[in-house]
Amino acid sequence: MPQNAKLQSRHLLGLQHVPAEDIQLILHWAGHFKEVINRPIKRVPSLRDLTVANLFFENSTRTRLSFELAEKRLSADVVNFSASTSSVKKGETLNDTVSNILAMKVDLVVIRHSEAGVAHFLADRVPAHIVNAGDGTHEHPTQALLDAFTMQERIGSLEGKKVVIVGDILHSRVALSNIFGLQKLGVHVAVSGPSTLIPRAISELGVEVIDHLDDALEWADVANVLRVQHERMDRAFFPSIREYHKRYGITMERLNRLKQVPLILHPGPINRGVELTSEVADSPYAAILNQVENGVAVRMAVLYLLASQSAPQNVV
Amino acid sequence: MAPKTLLNQRECAVTISRLCHQINEVHVPWDRTVLVGLQPRGAKLLRALVAQLEAEFATGPVANGLLDITFHRDDFRRREEPLTASPTEMNVLIEGKRVIIIDDVLYTGRSVRAALDALGDFGRPERVELCVLIDRRFSRELPIQPDYSGRRVDALNHERVRLNWNGPTLESVLLESPDYAPER
Repeated sequence: MPQNAKLQSRHLLGLQHVPAEDIQLILHWAGHFKEVINRPIKRVPSLRDLTVANLFFENSTRTRLSFELAEKRLSADVVNFSASTSSVKKGETLNDTVSNILAMKVDLVVIRHSEAGVAHFLADRVPAHIVNAGDGTHEHPTQALLDAFTMQERIGSLEGKKVVIVGDILHSRVALSNIFGLQKLGVHVAVSGPSTLIPRAISELGVEVIDHLDDALEWADVANVLRVQHERMDRAFFPSIREYHKRYGITMERLNRLKQVPLILHPGPINRGVELTSEVADSPYAAILNQVENGVAVRMAVLYLLASQSAPQNVV
Repeated sequence: MAPKTLLNQRECAVTISRLCHQINEVHVPWDRTVLVGLQPRGAKLLRALVAQLEAEFATGPVANGLLDITFHRDDFRRREEPLTASPTEMNVLIEGKRVIIIDDVLYTGRSVRAALDALGDFGRPERVELCVLIDRRFSRELPIQPDYSGRRVDALNHERVRLNWNGPTLESVLLESPDYAPER
Protein backbone atom coordinates (compact mmCIF):
# COMPACT_ATOMS: atom_id res chain seq x y z
CA MET A 1 0.00 0.00 0.00
CA PRO A 2 1.47 3.36 -0.94
CA GLN A 3 1.99 5.37 2.24
CA ASN A 4 0.76 8.62 0.77
CA ALA A 5 -2.44 7.23 -0.72
CA LYS A 6 -5.75 9.08 -0.49
CA LEU A 7 -9.22 7.64 -0.04
CA GLN A 8 -10.94 7.20 -3.36
CA SER A 9 -14.36 8.25 -2.13
CA ARG A 10 -15.46 11.58 -0.64
CA HIS A 11 -17.77 9.78 1.78
CA LEU A 12 -17.91 6.62 3.86
CA LEU A 13 -21.41 5.31 3.14
CA GLY A 14 -20.85 1.57 3.34
CA LEU A 15 -18.13 -0.96 2.66
CA GLN A 16 -19.86 -2.58 -0.30
CA HIS A 17 -18.35 -0.18 -2.82
CA VAL A 18 -15.20 0.79 -0.96
CA PRO A 19 -12.07 -0.61 -2.60
CA ALA A 20 -9.83 -2.90 -0.54
CA GLU A 21 -7.00 -0.34 -0.67
CA ASP A 22 -9.17 2.24 1.07
CA ILE A 23 -9.99 -0.23 3.84
CA GLN A 24 -6.28 -1.00 4.26
CA LEU A 25 -5.50 2.71 4.30
CA ILE A 26 -8.03 3.41 7.05
CA LEU A 27 -6.73 0.49 9.14
CA HIS A 28 -3.15 1.72 8.63
CA TRP A 29 -3.95 5.22 9.86
CA ALA A 30 -6.03 3.84 12.73
CA GLY A 31 -2.77 2.38 14.04
CA HIS A 32 -1.25 5.86 14.21
CA PHE A 33 -4.30 7.24 15.98
CA LYS A 34 -4.30 4.39 18.46
CA GLU A 35 -0.85 5.58 19.47
CA VAL A 36 -2.18 9.14 19.78
CA ILE A 37 -5.04 8.15 22.09
CA ASN A 38 -2.61 6.35 24.37
CA ARG A 39 -0.50 9.48 24.90
CA PRO A 40 -0.75 11.39 28.17
CA ILE A 41 -2.46 14.17 26.20
CA LYS A 42 -4.74 12.55 23.70
CA ARG A 43 -5.62 15.46 21.48
CA VAL A 44 -4.02 16.49 18.20
CA PRO A 45 -4.91 19.67 16.31
CA SER A 46 -5.44 18.24 12.81
CA LEU A 47 -9.14 19.14 12.39
CA ARG A 48 -9.06 22.36 14.35
CA ASP A 49 -10.64 24.43 11.55
CA LEU A 50 -13.45 21.96 10.85
CA THR A 51 -16.95 21.49 12.16
CA VAL A 52 -18.54 18.07 12.43
CA ALA A 53 -22.28 17.52 12.88
CA ASN A 54 -23.41 14.29 14.49
CA LEU A 55 -26.95 13.67 13.31
CA PHE A 56 -28.47 10.81 15.24
CA PHE A 57 -32.00 10.17 14.08
CA GLU A 58 -31.92 6.84 15.89
CA ASN A 59 -30.85 6.17 19.46
CA SER A 60 -27.24 5.40 20.03
CA THR A 61 -24.96 5.68 22.99
CA ARG A 62 -21.62 4.13 22.23
CA THR A 63 -21.38 4.95 18.55
CA ARG A 64 -22.24 8.59 19.20
CA LEU A 65 -19.83 8.81 22.12
CA SER A 66 -17.13 7.14 20.10
CA PHE A 67 -17.56 9.51 17.16
CA GLU A 68 -17.73 12.50 19.46
CA LEU A 69 -14.56 11.47 21.23
CA ALA A 70 -12.82 10.88 17.91
CA GLU A 71 -13.85 14.33 16.69
CA LYS A 72 -12.76 16.04 19.89
CA ARG A 73 -9.43 14.24 19.92
CA LEU A 74 -8.84 15.64 16.43
CA SER A 75 -9.77 19.11 17.75
CA ALA A 76 -12.82 19.52 15.52
CA ASP A 77 -15.77 21.64 16.58
CA VAL A 78 -18.68 19.32 17.28
CA VAL A 79 -22.42 19.87 17.10
CA ASN A 80 -24.78 17.14 18.19
CA PHE A 81 -28.26 16.53 17.02
CA SER A 82 -30.52 13.79 18.20
CA ALA A 83 -33.96 13.16 16.83
CA SER A 84 -35.65 12.83 20.20
CA THR A 85 -34.78 16.40 21.17
CA SER A 86 -35.11 18.12 17.83
CA SER A 87 -37.49 19.64 15.33
CA VAL A 88 -37.92 16.24 13.64
CA LYS A 89 -40.47 15.74 16.40
CA LYS A 90 -42.22 18.83 15.07
CA GLY A 91 -42.61 17.34 11.62
CA GLU A 92 -39.63 18.76 9.73
CA THR A 93 -38.50 16.74 6.69
CA LEU A 94 -35.04 15.23 6.44
CA ASN A 95 -34.18 17.54 3.57
CA ASP A 96 -35.07 20.62 5.58
CA THR A 97 -33.25 19.46 8.67
CA VAL A 98 -30.17 18.87 6.59
CA SER A 99 -30.28 22.17 4.70
CA ASN A 100 -30.60 23.97 7.99
CA ILE A 101 -27.60 22.22 9.41
CA LEU A 102 -25.57 22.90 6.30
CA ALA A 103 -26.46 26.57 6.40
CA MET A 104 -24.40 26.46 9.60
CA LYS A 105 -21.33 25.61 7.45
CA VAL A 106 -20.62 22.08 8.55
CA ASP A 107 -17.68 20.25 6.92
CA LEU A 108 -18.42 16.68 7.93
CA VAL A 109 -21.67 14.96 8.78
CA VAL A 110 -21.93 11.74 10.77
CA ILE A 111 -25.41 10.33 10.35
CA ARG A 112 -27.40 7.49 11.82
CA HIS A 113 -30.94 6.82 10.70
CA SER A 114 -33.44 4.00 10.96
CA GLU A 115 -33.98 3.99 7.17
CA ALA A 116 -31.49 2.36 4.81
CA GLY A 117 -29.95 4.71 2.27
CA VAL A 118 -30.25 7.98 4.17
CA ALA A 119 -26.49 8.54 4.11
CA HIS A 120 -26.53 8.08 0.32
CA PHE A 121 -29.43 10.51 0.05
CA LEU A 122 -27.39 13.13 1.89
CA ALA A 123 -24.22 12.46 -0.06
CA ASP A 124 -26.04 13.31 -3.28
CA ARG A 125 -27.36 16.58 -1.93
CA VAL A 126 -24.84 18.26 0.32
CA PRO A 127 -21.24 19.39 -0.14
CA ALA A 128 -20.04 18.00 3.23
CA HIS A 129 -18.28 14.65 3.66
CA ILE A 130 -20.78 12.07 4.92
CA VAL A 131 -19.99 9.23 7.31
CA ASN A 132 -22.65 6.58 7.72
CA ALA A 133 -22.98 5.65 11.39
CA GLY A 134 -25.65 3.05 10.66
CA ASP A 135 -28.60 3.21 8.28
CA GLY A 136 -31.44 0.86 9.19
CA THR A 137 -30.53 -2.75 8.55
CA HIS A 138 -28.20 -1.78 5.70
CA GLU A 139 -24.63 -0.88 6.70
CA HIS A 140 -22.53 0.30 9.64
CA PRO A 141 -19.12 0.70 8.05
CA THR A 142 -17.10 2.10 10.97
CA GLN A 143 -18.19 -0.81 13.17
CA ALA A 144 -16.96 -3.29 10.56
CA LEU A 145 -13.69 -1.36 10.24
CA LEU A 146 -13.09 -1.40 13.97
CA ASP A 147 -13.95 -5.10 14.06
CA ALA A 148 -11.38 -5.74 11.33
CA PHE A 149 -8.81 -3.56 13.11
CA THR A 150 -9.37 -5.45 16.38
CA MET A 151 -9.08 -8.83 14.65
CA GLN A 152 -5.87 -7.72 12.94
CA GLU A 153 -4.46 -6.52 16.22
CA ARG A 154 -5.21 -9.79 17.97
CA ILE A 155 -4.56 -12.44 15.29
CA GLY A 156 -2.39 -10.66 12.68
CA SER A 157 -3.05 -10.40 8.96
CA LEU A 158 -6.60 -11.38 8.04
CA GLU A 159 -5.76 -12.80 4.63
CA GLY A 160 -7.08 -16.39 4.51
CA LYS A 161 -8.51 -16.25 8.05
CA LYS A 162 -12.01 -17.53 8.93
CA VAL A 163 -14.65 -15.42 10.60
CA VAL A 164 -18.12 -16.55 11.62
CA ILE A 165 -20.85 -14.02 12.32
CA VAL A 166 -23.25 -15.44 14.89
CA GLY A 167 -26.86 -14.60 15.58
CA ASP A 168 -29.31 -12.15 14.12
CA ILE A 169 -27.96 -11.64 10.61
CA LEU A 170 -31.27 -10.52 9.15
CA HIS A 171 -31.59 -7.32 11.16
CA SER A 172 -27.91 -6.57 11.37
CA ARG A 173 -26.16 -3.77 9.54
CA VAL A 174 -23.02 -4.81 11.37
CA ALA A 175 -23.21 -8.23 9.72
CA LEU A 176 -23.56 -6.81 6.23
CA SER A 177 -20.71 -4.33 6.61
CA ASN A 178 -18.56 -7.06 8.16
CA ILE A 179 -19.22 -9.37 5.24
CA PHE A 180 -18.36 -6.74 2.62
CA GLY A 181 -15.31 -5.47 4.47
CA LEU A 182 -13.82 -8.77 5.57
CA GLN A 183 -14.22 -10.40 2.17
CA LYS A 184 -12.22 -7.54 0.65
CA LEU A 185 -9.45 -8.27 3.14
CA GLY A 186 -9.35 -11.90 1.95
CA VAL A 187 -11.32 -13.41 4.85
CA HIS A 188 -13.60 -16.45 4.52
CA VAL A 189 -16.88 -15.37 6.08
CA ALA A 190 -19.61 -17.68 7.38
CA VAL A 191 -22.78 -17.05 9.35
CA SER A 192 -24.50 -19.12 11.99
CA GLY A 193 -27.86 -18.49 13.61
CA PRO A 194 -31.53 -19.45 13.65
CA SER A 195 -32.65 -20.01 10.06
CA THR A 196 -35.39 -17.43 10.55
CA LEU A 197 -32.72 -14.80 11.19
CA ILE A 198 -30.52 -15.66 8.21
CA PRO A 199 -31.48 -13.96 4.94
CA ARG A 200 -32.12 -16.50 2.22
CA ALA A 201 -29.98 -14.68 -0.32
CA ILE A 202 -26.90 -14.63 1.94
CA SER A 203 -25.13 -17.33 -0.07
CA GLU A 204 -25.16 -15.02 -3.08
CA LEU A 205 -22.64 -12.89 -1.19
CA GLY A 206 -20.29 -15.87 -1.06
CA VAL A 207 -21.06 -16.49 2.59
CA GLU A 208 -21.30 -19.99 3.95
CA VAL A 209 -24.11 -20.89 6.36
CA ILE A 210 -23.11 -23.18 9.23
CA ASP A 211 -26.20 -24.43 11.05
CA HIS A 212 -24.65 -25.70 14.26
CA LEU A 213 -22.87 -23.18 16.40
CA ASP A 214 -20.37 -25.78 17.64
CA ASP A 215 -19.27 -26.55 14.09
CA ALA A 216 -19.02 -22.85 13.33
CA LEU A 217 -16.86 -22.14 16.38
CA GLU A 218 -14.62 -25.09 15.60
CA TRP A 219 -14.13 -23.78 12.07
CA ALA A 220 -13.54 -20.12 12.85
CA ASP A 221 -10.54 -18.04 13.92
CA VAL A 222 -12.90 -15.28 15.04
CA ALA A 223 -16.54 -15.31 16.09
CA ASN A 224 -18.28 -11.96 15.76
CA VAL A 225 -21.35 -12.39 17.94
CA LEU A 226 -24.24 -10.06 17.24
CA ARG A 227 -26.84 -8.67 19.56
CA VAL A 228 -30.35 -10.04 19.34
CA GLN A 229 -32.19 -6.92 18.22
CA HIS A 230 -35.54 -7.26 19.92
CA GLU A 231 -36.48 -3.73 18.89
CA ARG A 232 -36.27 -4.56 15.18
CA MET A 233 -38.28 -7.76 15.43
CA ASP A 234 -41.87 -7.20 14.44
CA ARG A 235 -42.77 -10.86 14.93
CA ALA A 236 -41.42 -13.93 16.70
CA PHE A 237 -38.31 -15.19 14.93
CA PHE A 238 -37.48 -17.80 17.55
CA PRO A 239 -39.58 -19.45 20.25
CA SER A 240 -37.96 -17.91 23.33
CA ILE A 241 -34.84 -16.19 24.60
CA ARG A 242 -34.10 -19.32 26.58
CA GLU A 243 -34.20 -21.47 23.50
CA TYR A 244 -32.07 -18.97 21.58
CA HIS A 245 -29.47 -19.02 24.32
CA LYS A 246 -29.48 -22.78 24.40
CA ARG A 247 -28.78 -23.15 20.69
CA TYR A 248 -26.86 -19.98 19.79
CA GLY A 249 -25.64 -18.55 23.08
CA ILE A 250 -21.90 -18.77 23.67
CA THR A 251 -21.03 -20.32 27.01
CA MET A 252 -17.74 -21.30 28.60
CA GLU A 253 -18.88 -24.89 28.52
CA ARG A 254 -19.27 -24.67 24.76
CA LEU A 255 -15.86 -23.02 24.33
CA ASN A 256 -14.17 -25.58 26.57
CA ARG A 257 -15.24 -28.36 24.20
CA LEU A 258 -13.35 -26.77 21.28
CA LYS A 259 -9.86 -27.71 20.17
CA GLN A 260 -9.04 -24.04 19.75
CA VAL A 261 -11.17 -21.19 21.02
CA PRO A 262 -11.79 -18.41 18.50
CA LEU A 263 -11.45 -14.74 19.34
CA ILE A 264 -14.86 -13.43 20.44
CA LEU A 265 -16.10 -10.05 19.25
CA HIS A 266 -19.39 -8.33 20.03
CA PRO A 267 -20.46 -4.90 18.79
CA GLY A 268 -22.33 -4.15 22.02
CA PRO A 269 -24.48 -3.56 23.88
CA ILE A 270 -24.38 -7.17 25.12
CA ASN A 271 -27.51 -8.95 26.24
CA ARG A 272 -25.67 -10.85 28.95
CA GLY A 273 -26.97 -14.38 29.20
CA VAL A 274 -28.49 -14.29 25.71
CA GLU A 275 -25.76 -14.13 23.03
CA LEU A 276 -22.92 -14.49 25.50
CA THR A 277 -22.71 -15.48 29.12
CA SER A 278 -21.04 -12.99 31.41
CA GLU A 279 -18.26 -15.47 31.95
CA VAL A 280 -17.41 -15.45 28.24
CA ALA A 281 -17.86 -11.72 27.82
CA ASP A 282 -15.40 -11.01 30.64
CA SER A 283 -12.91 -13.71 29.63
CA PRO A 284 -9.61 -13.15 27.82
CA TYR A 285 -11.17 -14.79 24.73
CA ALA A 286 -13.34 -11.70 24.26
CA ALA A 287 -11.98 -8.53 22.69
CA ILE A 288 -15.05 -6.45 23.39
CA LEU A 289 -13.33 -3.63 25.27
CA ASN A 290 -10.52 -3.59 22.70
CA GLN A 291 -13.23 -2.97 20.14
CA VAL A 292 -14.50 0.03 22.07
CA GLU A 293 -11.01 1.53 22.35
CA ASN A 294 -10.20 0.82 18.72
CA GLY A 295 -13.50 2.36 17.66
CA VAL A 296 -12.21 5.80 18.57
CA ALA A 297 -8.94 5.28 16.68
CA VAL A 298 -10.68 3.93 13.58
CA ARG A 299 -13.18 6.79 13.55
CA MET A 300 -10.35 9.29 13.92
CA ALA A 301 -8.70 7.71 10.89
CA VAL A 302 -11.90 7.91 8.85
CA LEU A 303 -12.57 11.55 9.74
CA TYR A 304 -8.93 12.52 9.21
CA LEU A 305 -8.68 10.86 5.80
CA LEU A 306 -11.97 12.31 4.59
CA ALA A 307 -11.05 15.79 5.81
CA SER A 308 -7.67 15.62 4.11
CA GLN A 309 -9.41 15.48 0.74
CA SER A 310 -10.67 19.03 0.71
CA ALA A 311 -8.96 22.38 1.09
CA PRO A 312 -10.31 24.79 3.69
CA GLN A 313 -13.08 27.07 2.47
CA ASN A 314 -12.05 30.60 1.57
CA VAL A 315 -8.39 29.64 1.52
CA VAL A 316 -6.69 29.46 -1.85
CA MET B 1 26.54 18.80 -13.76
CA ALA B 2 26.74 16.79 -10.57
CA PRO B 3 25.03 17.81 -7.33
CA LYS B 4 27.21 19.96 -5.11
CA THR B 5 28.75 18.17 -2.15
CA LEU B 6 28.15 20.05 1.07
CA LEU B 7 29.84 17.50 3.30
CA ASN B 8 31.93 14.52 2.24
CA GLN B 9 32.24 11.39 4.36
CA ARG B 10 35.13 12.65 6.46
CA GLU B 11 33.44 15.99 7.05
CA CYS B 12 30.20 14.22 8.02
CA ALA B 13 32.05 12.27 10.72
CA VAL B 14 33.83 15.39 11.99
CA THR B 15 30.59 17.36 12.08
CA ILE B 16 28.63 14.72 13.98
CA SER B 17 31.52 14.38 16.39
CA ARG B 18 31.57 18.16 16.93
CA LEU B 19 27.82 18.21 17.60
CA CYS B 20 28.34 15.52 20.25
CA HIS B 21 31.08 17.58 21.92
CA GLN B 22 28.93 20.69 21.95
CA ILE B 23 25.89 18.89 23.31
CA ASN B 24 27.94 17.06 25.93
CA GLU B 25 29.54 20.29 27.11
CA VAL B 26 26.13 21.75 27.95
CA HIS B 27 24.38 18.62 29.16
CA VAL B 28 26.87 16.83 31.35
CA PRO B 29 25.85 15.21 33.72
CA TRP B 30 23.33 13.37 31.53
CA ASP B 31 20.62 12.54 34.03
CA ARG B 32 18.10 15.17 32.93
CA THR B 33 18.49 15.25 29.16
CA VAL B 34 16.30 13.58 26.53
CA LEU B 35 17.08 13.53 22.81
CA VAL B 36 13.98 13.53 20.60
CA GLY B 37 14.39 12.77 16.89
CA LEU B 38 11.78 14.00 14.45
CA GLN B 39 10.28 11.31 12.24
CA PRO B 40 11.14 10.29 9.65
CA ARG B 41 14.41 11.95 8.70
CA GLY B 42 15.70 12.95 12.12
CA ALA B 43 15.69 9.33 13.27
CA LYS B 44 19.03 8.32 11.76
CA LEU B 45 20.82 11.41 13.01
CA LEU B 46 19.36 10.74 16.46
CA ARG B 47 20.75 7.20 16.43
CA ALA B 48 24.14 8.37 15.23
CA LEU B 49 24.35 11.01 17.97
CA VAL B 50 23.16 8.67 20.71
CA ALA B 51 25.61 5.95 19.63
CA GLN B 52 28.56 8.33 19.63
CA LEU B 53 27.60 10.04 22.88
CA GLU B 54 27.25 6.74 24.69
CA ALA B 55 30.49 5.35 23.22
CA GLU B 56 32.78 8.34 23.67
CA PHE B 57 31.43 10.59 26.40
CA ALA B 58 30.61 8.28 29.31
CA THR B 59 27.07 9.56 29.28
CA GLY B 60 25.51 6.26 30.31
CA PRO B 61 22.38 5.33 28.38
CA VAL B 62 21.04 8.47 26.71
CA ALA B 63 17.26 8.79 27.04
CA ASN B 64 15.76 9.25 23.61
CA GLY B 65 12.55 8.99 21.63
CA LEU B 66 11.13 9.45 18.17
CA LEU B 67 8.38 11.95 17.58
CA ASP B 68 6.03 12.05 14.60
CA ILE B 69 4.59 15.50 14.00
CA THR B 70 2.12 14.70 11.21
CA PHE B 71 -1.00 15.49 13.22
CA HIS B 72 0.45 18.80 14.43
CA ARG B 73 1.49 20.16 11.05
CA ASP B 74 -0.09 23.40 9.91
CA ASP B 75 -0.31 22.48 6.22
CA PHE B 76 -2.94 19.73 6.63
CA ARG B 77 -5.57 20.22 3.87
CA ARG B 78 -3.38 22.92 2.30
CA ARG B 79 -1.10 20.83 0.13
CA GLU B 80 -1.59 18.69 -2.95
CA GLU B 81 0.21 15.59 -1.68
CA PRO B 82 -1.40 13.79 1.27
CA LEU B 83 0.66 13.74 4.46
CA THR B 84 2.22 10.50 5.62
CA ALA B 85 2.68 9.51 9.22
CA SER B 86 5.45 7.54 10.94
CA PRO B 87 5.35 5.81 14.30
CA THR B 88 5.96 7.85 17.44
CA GLU B 89 8.13 6.02 19.95
CA MET B 90 8.19 8.18 23.04
CA ASN B 91 8.87 5.78 25.88
CA VAL B 92 10.57 8.46 27.94
CA LEU B 93 9.29 11.05 30.36
CA ILE B 94 10.02 14.61 29.32
CA GLU B 95 8.29 16.35 32.24
CA GLY B 96 10.88 18.65 33.79
CA LYS B 97 13.63 17.34 31.48
CA ARG B 98 15.95 19.16 29.10
CA VAL B 99 14.89 18.11 25.64
CA ILE B 100 16.99 18.41 22.49
CA ILE B 101 15.00 18.15 19.27
CA ILE B 102 17.07 16.42 16.58
CA ASP B 103 16.38 16.87 12.88
CA ASP B 104 18.41 16.59 9.71
CA VAL B 105 17.65 19.88 7.97
CA LEU B 106 16.21 23.12 9.33
CA TYR B 107 14.42 24.95 6.53
CA THR B 108 11.17 26.91 7.05
CA GLY B 109 11.03 26.12 10.77
CA ARG B 110 7.48 24.81 10.50
CA SER B 111 8.40 21.23 11.40
CA VAL B 112 10.08 22.48 14.55
CA ARG B 113 7.02 24.55 15.46
CA ALA B 114 4.87 21.45 15.01
CA ALA B 115 7.36 19.46 17.08
CA LEU B 116 7.16 21.96 19.96
CA ASP B 117 3.40 21.56 19.81
CA ALA B 118 3.60 17.76 19.65
CA LEU B 119 6.11 17.58 22.53
CA GLY B 120 3.48 19.16 24.74
CA ASP B 121 1.49 15.92 24.49
CA PHE B 122 4.19 14.19 26.51
CA GLY B 123 4.71 16.69 29.30
CA ARG B 124 6.28 20.07 30.03
CA PRO B 125 10.05 20.01 29.56
CA GLU B 126 12.24 22.35 31.58
CA ARG B 127 13.68 23.63 28.33
CA VAL B 128 13.88 22.65 24.70
CA GLU B 129 16.85 23.03 22.37
CA LEU B 130 17.25 22.33 18.69
CA CYS B 131 20.05 20.45 16.98
CA VAL B 132 20.21 20.13 13.20
CA LEU B 133 22.85 18.84 10.85
CA ILE B 134 22.13 21.38 8.10
CA ASP B 135 20.77 24.86 8.71
CA ARG B 136 19.34 26.40 5.53
CA ARG B 137 19.49 29.92 6.80
CA PHE B 138 17.51 31.47 3.97
CA SER B 139 13.73 31.00 3.72
CA ARG B 140 12.92 30.71 7.40
CA GLU B 141 9.20 31.37 7.84
CA LEU B 142 9.14 31.38 11.63
CA PRO B 143 11.46 32.83 14.29
CA ILE B 144 13.23 29.54 15.01
CA GLN B 145 17.03 29.07 15.18
CA PRO B 146 19.14 26.04 16.06
CA ASP B 147 21.20 25.79 19.25
CA TYR B 148 23.54 23.28 17.63
CA SER B 149 24.10 23.26 13.90
CA GLY B 150 26.39 21.09 11.81
CA ARG B 151 26.73 23.28 8.76
CA ARG B 152 25.08 26.50 7.68
CA VAL B 153 24.06 26.44 4.06
CA ASP B 154 22.85 29.11 1.68
CA ALA B 155 20.42 27.24 -0.55
CA LEU B 156 17.76 28.57 -2.84
CA ASN B 157 14.14 27.55 -2.46
CA HIS B 158 14.09 25.20 -5.44
CA GLU B 159 17.20 23.38 -4.27
CA ARG B 160 17.14 20.31 -2.04
CA VAL B 161 19.52 19.13 0.64
CA ARG B 162 19.93 15.37 0.61
CA LEU B 163 21.59 13.21 3.25
CA ASN B 164 22.99 9.89 2.07
CA TRP B 165 23.05 7.31 4.82
CA ASN B 166 24.72 3.96 4.47
CA GLY B 167 23.24 2.05 7.38
CA PRO B 168 24.15 4.02 10.51
CA THR B 169 26.89 6.00 8.73
CA LEU B 170 26.33 9.35 7.06
CA GLU B 171 28.31 9.22 3.83
CA SER B 172 27.61 12.60 2.31
CA VAL B 173 25.35 15.61 2.24
CA LEU B 174 24.50 16.91 -1.23
CA LEU B 175 22.80 20.01 -2.56
CA GLU B 176 20.61 19.12 -5.50
CA SER B 177 19.10 21.56 -7.90
CA PRO B 178 16.30 20.44 -10.29
CA ASP B 179 18.58 21.37 -13.24
CA TYR B 180 20.98 18.59 -12.42
CA ALA B 181 18.93 16.34 -10.16
CA PRO B 182 19.47 12.64 -10.90
CA GLU B 183 16.59 10.92 -12.64
CA ARG B 184 14.13 9.39 -10.19
